Parts: sequence; C-alpha cells; structure tokens
Amino acid sequence: MSAAVSQDLREYVTLVVGDYLFGAEVSRVRDVFDPQNITPVPLAPKVVAGLLNLRGRIVTAIEARERLGMPGRPGEAPRMAVGVERNDEYFSLIVDGVGEVLKLDPATIEANPSNLDTTWKDLSTGVYQLDGKLLIALDLERMLDCAPVH
Amino acid sequence: MDDLLSEFLTETAESLDVIDNELVRFEADPGDRATLNNIFRLVHTIKGTCGFLGLPRLEALAHAGETLLGRYRDGTLFPTEQTVSLVLDSIDRIKSILSHLEGAGAEPNGHDRDLIDLLEAAAEGKLKSNSPPAPSAAPVAVPANPAKKPAPANLGPGERWDEDLGRVLRPGEVSLAELEAAFNAVDAEEIKAEPAAAPAPVVSAAPTAPPAIVEPPRVEPTRPIMLEDDADDGARAKGEGPQTNATLRVPVDVLEDMMTLVSELVLTRNQLLQMVRSSNDSQFKAPLQRLSAITGELQDGVMKTRMQPIGNAWKKIPRIVRDAARDLGKKIDLVMEGEATELDRQVLELIKDPLTHMIRNSCDHGLERPDVRVGAGKPETGTIRLVAYHEGGHIIVQLSDDGAGLNTKRIREKGLEKGLIAAADADTMSDAEIHRLIFAPGFSTAAQVTNMSGRGVGMDVVKTNIDAIGGVIELDSRAGQGTVFTIKIPLTLAIVSALILGASGMRFALPQLAVVELVRVSGQGANKIEHIHNTRVLRLRDKLLPLVDLSVMLGLTSAARPGRAQFVVVMQVGANRFGMVVDEVFDTEEIVVKPVASVLRGLSMYQGATILGDGSVIMIVDPNGVSRTMSSATMAAMRANVAETVQQQTASDAISLLVFKAGGEEPRAVPLSLVTRLEELDVATLEPTRRGRVVQYRGQLMPVIHPAGEYAFRSEGRQPILVFTYEGRTIGLAVDAIVDIIHEPLKVQLADSTPGVMGTAVLRGKATEVIELGYHLEMATDSWSFGAAAAQRSVLLVEANPFFRNMMTPLLQAAGYRVTGVDNAKAASAQMEAGGQFDVVLADIDDAAMRAELAETLRNSPAGDSIARLGLTKTDARDPAFGDAVRKTDRAGLLAALDYLVKTQEKAA
Repeated sequence: MSAAVSQDLREYVTLVVGDYLFGAEVSRVRDVFDPQNITPVPLAPKVVAGLLNLRGRIVTAIEARERLGMPGRPGEAPRMAVGVERNDEYFSLIVDGVGEVLKLDPATIEANPSNLDTTWKDLSTGVYQLDGKLLIALDLERMLDCAPVH
Repeated sequence: MDDLLSEFLTETAESLDVIDNELVRFEADPGDRATLNNIFRLVHTIKGTCGFLGLPRLEALAHAGETLLGRYRDGTLFPTEQTVSLVLDSIDRIKSILSHLEGAGAEPNGHDRDLIDLLEAAAEGKLKSNSPPAPSAAPVAVPANPAKKPAPANLGPGERWDEDLGRVLRPGEVSLAELEAAFNAVDAEEIKAEPAAAPAPVVSAAPTAPPAIVEPPRVEPTRPIMLEDDADDGARAKGEGPQTNATLRVPVDVLEDMMTLVSELVLTRNQLLQMVRSSNDSQFKAPLQRLSAITGELQDGVMKTRMQPIGNAWKKIPRIVRDAARDLGKKIDLVMEGEATELDRQVLELIKDPLTHMIRNSCDHGLERPDVRVGAGKPETGTIRLVAYHEGGHIIVQLSDDGAGLNTKRIREKGLEKGLIAAADADTMSDAEIHRLIFAPGFSTAAQVTNMSGRGVGMDVVKTNIDAIGGVIELDSRAGQGTVFTIKIPLTLAIVSALILGASGMRFALPQLAVVELVRVSGQGANKIEHIHNTRVLRLRDKLLPLVDLSVMLGLTSAARPGRAQFVVVMQVGANRFGMVVDEVFDTEEIVVKPVASVLRGLSMYQGATILGDGSVIMIVDPNGVSRTMSSATMAAMRANVAETVQQQTASDAISLLVFKAGGEEPRAVPLSLVTRLEELDVATLEPTRRGRVVQYRGQLMPVIHPAGEYAFRSEGRQPILVFTYEGRTIGLAVDAIVDIIHEPLKVQLADSTPGVMGTAVLRGKATEVIELGYHLEMATDSWSFGAAAAQRSVLLVEANPFFRNMMTPLLQAAGYRVTGVDNAKAASAQMEAGGQFDVVLADIDDAAMRAELAETLRNSPAGDSIARLGLTKTDARDPAFGDAVRKTDRAGLLAALDYLVKTQEKAA
C-alpha cells in the first residue's frame, strides 16, 4: 500500500483514544493544542466536556471517549485537543493523544466490519490496516453532531 | 420630507441596486430561475409600494416592467439582450424619477408612455430588433412641454453611438434622449446639471461595448458597468442627494464584525490589566493606561455607530394609530416623548415589532369608543403615550393609555377556559397575577377578531421577544384609568454588566438587569435561611422570599448545605421576586455575551457564555430560565404570598397559613403572619422545669409549649419550633413537623369547643384544625407571668369574624396594646357603657349594618370624640366615619396606622 501514487494519498492525523488509533482528515483539523482550563457546563450532555478559550474564541470541547461510549479518562491522564470547525461553530475533540500525520491511499480503506458496534459504525468511515495496528478513520462531521438537549 | 417617503426612497434604492446586478447576472444566465424570481419579487414590491404611496408614474413603469418579467418567468418569452436592456432602461428611468422625487418630494411631470409601449410590445413578443420603433418619435411624444426646451444637443451622442456600434438603435437608447428631454422640460432651472442623471442607460444598454466610443458629456467612459455609481455621481453633481452626502451606508456585517473585534480587544485589555496589576513591573503601566483609554474610546465609538434613536422604530406608529382610529371609529391622541433616546440597532430591530403590536392593542382593546368614554366622564379623545428614557444601563420604554384598563373578570374567565389557571387558584390570584395571564402563550381576549389585533398571536409573542433580548416587561392596569406597560431593555446586547458569582467552586455570570439586591446570610444572625418543609425561604424586611439554590439547580450538589455563610441574590423577573442562593459573590464585570454551540442551546438555564478578564470561560445564567425552574407547587404558593405582600394588591381573602402536624397525623394550621421565626432545636436544650419547658434562645429564656401537651415532645433529636413574639417576649410552639405554607382563603367551617382550637377549615382539600394561638400563648404567659406592661394603650377591636379577631388580638398585644375584642356593635356599646376606657376603636367596616350601628354608638358616647378610629377591611372599602382603613391581612400596615393614630392623639393631648 505504500506504493500508492502520491497525489491520491489522503492525510490523516492519528489520534489515540483508549487502546485505539483513530484518524482525522488533516484538511478538517484547524488546530492541535493542549486543552487548558476547560470550564465544565452543568446540565450539559455528558459528551460536552465543557468550554474553553482558544485565542479569544469560545470552543465547545467534545469528549471523544464519551462520544465513542468508552470509559472516562483517569483523572491525571494526559489529553490533547483537536480543533475542528463545523457549521460555523468551533469544536475541539478531546482525545488521549495526537500522533504523527499519515499519508494513506484511500483505495486501501476497508469498510467497517459488519459486526462493529453501531455507535462506532456511525462515527467511522472505514478502517485502514497499518503495520500491526488498525486505524479507524473518523467521520468528524458525525463525531461533532451531538443531539442538542431540550 | 415625509418619513414614509424617505424610507421608501432608501429601500427602493437598495432594491434597484440589487435588481441591476441581478439583471446583469440573469442576462448572462437566463436559465437562473432564482435570480429571475428575486428580480420579479423586487420589482413587484416597488410597484406595490408606489401604488400605496400614490406615485402613478413609477407604478405604471414598474407594472410594465413586471409584466415583461412575468413573461420571462412563465417561460412564454425568452430573455434577449434587447429586452433585458429594456428592463434595465426602465430601472434607470425609475432611478431618475426617484432622484427627482428625493429632491423635490414629488414625481416629475410627464409620462413614460414610450418606455411602457416598448415594454408592452416586448412582453407581447412584437418587438423586433430589425424593425425598431422609431426612436425619434419618443422624444417628441414624451416631454410634458416640448415647446420649452427639447435639448437637441443631447440627441446627437446617442445616435452617433449607435452608428459606432454599427447597428440600428436599440429601444433602450431611446430613454436617454427622452429622459433628458423630460427632465429639462420640467426642471428648467436645472438644465445644465440635468444630463448627468441620464448617461447610465446609455452605458447599461451596451455593457459589452467598447466604452471609449461613448461621448455624451459628463459620462465616465471608463466605468461602463457601474450603473448605480454613475447615477449617484449625477445626483451628487446636481447637489440633489442630500441624504447620500452626510452619511455613509455601511453594511451591518462590517459593523457587527467591528463590534466583535472591539469586544475582543476589551477582553484582551482587561487581561493585560490584570497581569500588570499583579506584577510590580511598572514599565508597562503607562503605555497600558493609554491602550486602556484608547480601547475605551474605540469601544464607545463603535457602540455609537450601532446606536440609533428609538424614534426610528416609532416612525410608522403615528400612521398606525391614525389608521386604527379611523377604522375603529375612535379618537386617539398619540404623544411620543424621548424619540432621540438611543439604543443599539440590534435591540431596536427586535423591539420594533413588539412595540407596533402593543400600540395596535392599545388602540383596539385599551381605549374605549368616544361614546363610552364620554359616558365614563372622560374626554372623548383617548391618549396613548409612548415614552422612552435611559435609566442606568437600560432603556425604559413605557406605553400607557387612559383607557378602560384590563378586564380582570374577562381575563380570569379566559384563563380558566383555556386551562391556564386552575379553578382553585382563580379566586385567590391577585389582580396583578390575573393581568399577567395576557402574557401566557395563546392568550387573546378579544371577543371578536378585529382587523387590528386579536389574531391569537398576542402579548405572549411580545413577551417572548422581549425576554429574548434580556429585557423585562411589566404591566400595571387600573380599571377605568388605563394600562401602563413598562419595558426595560438593555442598551446593547453586545456588552452587558454582570455579577460574577460562585457556586460549588465554579463561577457564573448573572446579568445585573435582574438583580435587585444582595443579602449576606449566615447560619446565625438576623439574615438566616429558614426551612419550610423542603422549601427554603429568607425573611427579608418582614416578607418571605422564596429561595432557589444555584448549585442545586445546576445539579452541582443534591441538597442545600447548611451552616455556611452564603449570599442571596434577590432577583426580580417580571412579577416573580425570589432569591438565588450562591456561595460567593466576586465582582461585577462588563461581559460580552457569546452564543453557545447548538448542542448547548437547549439549556434554558444559560443565556450564553463569556470570556472573563483572566481568560477563563464562564457560563451566563439566564434569569428567565431560573425563574421558570421555580414552578413547583410550593413555589407557586410562595410566589402568590410574595406577590400579595409585595404588591399590596386589591381584594383577596386569601391569607398565608403555615400547616404543621402536632400530636397526631391530622394537619393543623396557624396564620403565617403571626409566626416570627421557624427554628429546629435539639430536644436536649429544651430544659424541663416545674412550669414547663424552656430553652436558652438568643440570650433569653424562651418558654416552649406543645399544643398537644408535655408528653408530645420528642424524646431525642431535633424538634421544629414556631417562634412567636408576644408582648416583647418570645414563645416557642413545638410541633412534630412543618408541612407546608399555603395561600388560601380561610373559612372556618366547624366551630370547636376544644380549648386552643378555633375550628376546622378545609385547606387543600383536607380538614385542618386551625389553632387558636391566643389560647396557647396565654397558657404560656400565664404560667410564666411576664408581669403587666406599663401604660398600655387600649384598643377596642370590633370584628365579627372570630378568626380575624383571634388573629389580631395576639398581634396587637405583641405590639404593646391592651386589646378587648368583641364581635358586634352591641357588645362594643356595652363595653363602653361599662366604663371601658379605649384609645382606639378598630372596627370591621365591611359589614355596613354593623358599621352604621357602631358609628351611632360612638356618636352617642361621651368619650366618643376622643377615641381614634381605624377601619379594617378585606376589600379596600372606606368609611368616613372610621377615617383610614387598613387591610386585615396587612400586619405591618395595621401597626403603622395604629402607631400613627396613637402618636397624633398624644400630640393633641
């Protein structure tokens, strides 16, 4: 797969959430930063980690673990944020870590396995096989589409 | 110039600019339906408005243009360059007529038969490019007065241009000559400047033509497509564009962006200031101070660009009132004050519609018809006053009429009918509460739907709109005197002053608009949070304030944490006054309200978020949201109670009763107004003595009795105690449990011979024993014999209702009066004849027969003249024989009035 033609490659930022490796399309990612001082919002849905100030802009932090239905992050564990804009609103996806940028050939993407959990199926556009690891391509649009509360 | 006309000019100029551009686009892509529809709609609007304003020339022209566009739209005619040019020409003609209209205030003389004919021909598909209608015919036919001055020199360039193009004259070009001719003809004094208005059509007719060949005088050949600019230049050259000179039209987006940037700048400055303040390095202080000052000025400047006089939102009101008066057959005077009061244009836009709606309401429902007014002894002409002024950081807009006032009865019925209120509540609600029902969704009382209003979208929409901009609306209506609506709105939505609060270790902002005062409370001391069942209240200046806890409301803690010093933010939202308990109050800060992401928008508790000076993000609590969450049954009862005491409303027999259990499961009640305090004391501190229990309470020994007897005290744990103040002493009444506070009319139905029980009443559907407090207190005082108080004033209380008599006796005694209570005039007479010396007669004046009899008794009594009199009433009745009157439930008012009478008596003596 590494022999693919360069102009067709798709770039992914690798994100670590729990024991898994995810990929977010580089073209959608505006910032990668260390989230400081997240202000929790009482009564908000659990998936909203809170609000934070990114260069004077109020950003809604979405907890990736919660969104993926994974157990919460242990207290002092490191976390990183990926800034993504969606419908004129600025979000940051809180993950455990951000890794290198990978160039992958879209032709090698495989459909989600049919037995994958429906939540994950909804949030993933497919799976890449890396050496010894799987990379789950995230659908950022869906990741950030949290049903508003009423 | 007429405001309506000038508004029309501005709007139409904008529309025409859009049409110009859209037409050019449409020509390039005739298949673009959206563009065509947009053009059609705009032309249609212009036509409609012209007809409305009585501008026949413009209307006819727009109509012809619309017809042609209509053919494009239904596909029966395919747009050609030629026909599109024709439409553009008519647009230009409209523009030139408009510029004349702007200068002279009226349409120029003449007509546009030439263009209309061409447009009609084009619409019928009869226009052929190779056989054009004789262009030379038009200029002759068109000028209103061809004999005056036809401007033949200007015809030349038009013709030559066509020659250069190498093709025959197109119909569009006719307009140039015609237009100039027409203009020259009507405006003889402006001949020289006139042609400048016309060149645009020439250019527009051939946007693709090489511009250099155009030779008419004063045309900018290098700007062939800038149609509107050329027209504007022309207008300016003539000095006929007074409205375009002094001001600059800036897109609102630009201003909004600027505002956002300035807001950011303010925040950054605040951040810097905070950093420098905490460091000793003074190197930055001077420049920072300058930066701070400049930022402040910049903020003011940008704010000013957004400020508009509120009069802009009132422009259409005189017309609306006039039309309404005519349609409804009423005579209405409109008085407007404070038109120059400025507020943010965003706010202005948002209150425009609500105001218009309210004005219509006042005309329609508020003011009576002339005959009705005359019948009521009022002037035939009704007055509607619209007043605006600044108050603090807010704008107050007041709309009042001198009409009939709200129809309380009708609103009550309607509220019941629509299920907005429960039947049980309907009788106990005060008039003000009933009136507020008009803000309830879907409420409309108009018996019949009129043209003006009463379509069911009513005051609820108004309230929603005003809530949305963080404003409040209040109303005060008096039968026969009129109604006053008061709207309090923030000056701007961009920056609001907010209180920064702490709750459970988090900070929140609360807009100051809703904050009335701050009260510090602690476990002990005067300001103390008290508990009634699960409800917390604060006794504030003799009124009970229902409390909510911000931490609990936000789910940060599950229960109230007693014993800590806390703050109560007293808030007023509409008629709802309540306290919000918070842990800390930091300071006030000017904050920029930022909307939250859609995922959080459903949370009614927040109004938005903001970034503080220190860079942290905090949530802004929405006072309306807090107010809404306070809607449990207990809260409703408390609210009724608070509204009653706060607003001193008219007739209502309801009183607040404290319901408790003592010595059995059946509920018992006592009037809340008599209770001084609620306590919960450790039974161990209630020390038994030979004469009953006592407790050391606030540095005094307080006797504590249990209505059910000594055996009913708990053996261990804490015992709820009602504390009463009686003749300067405090006495505790121990109970098993406090159940609730209810606000209901009290009717004692079964008299009871049991000592200490006044009777049984049905409260909340349950038979409840009403305690005769006087008995218990006497028991306590007898056993403890406080000793006679010296030099007491004596009061003769004449009150038929045993409940009120029993309620008032201890109250008056507590205030230091010696009270003799009787239930009728005969008994009163007997008391006086028996030699009773009384300083004051306090009499129930609701019963007319008893009142008259008592007045007679007093007149005949030798000491009658020296006895002061005070009336007691449930209905605000007055009787001259009894001077002033006080409401029976108004404890503070009664004591104040008595005190006043006694003092006056002392002075006289």
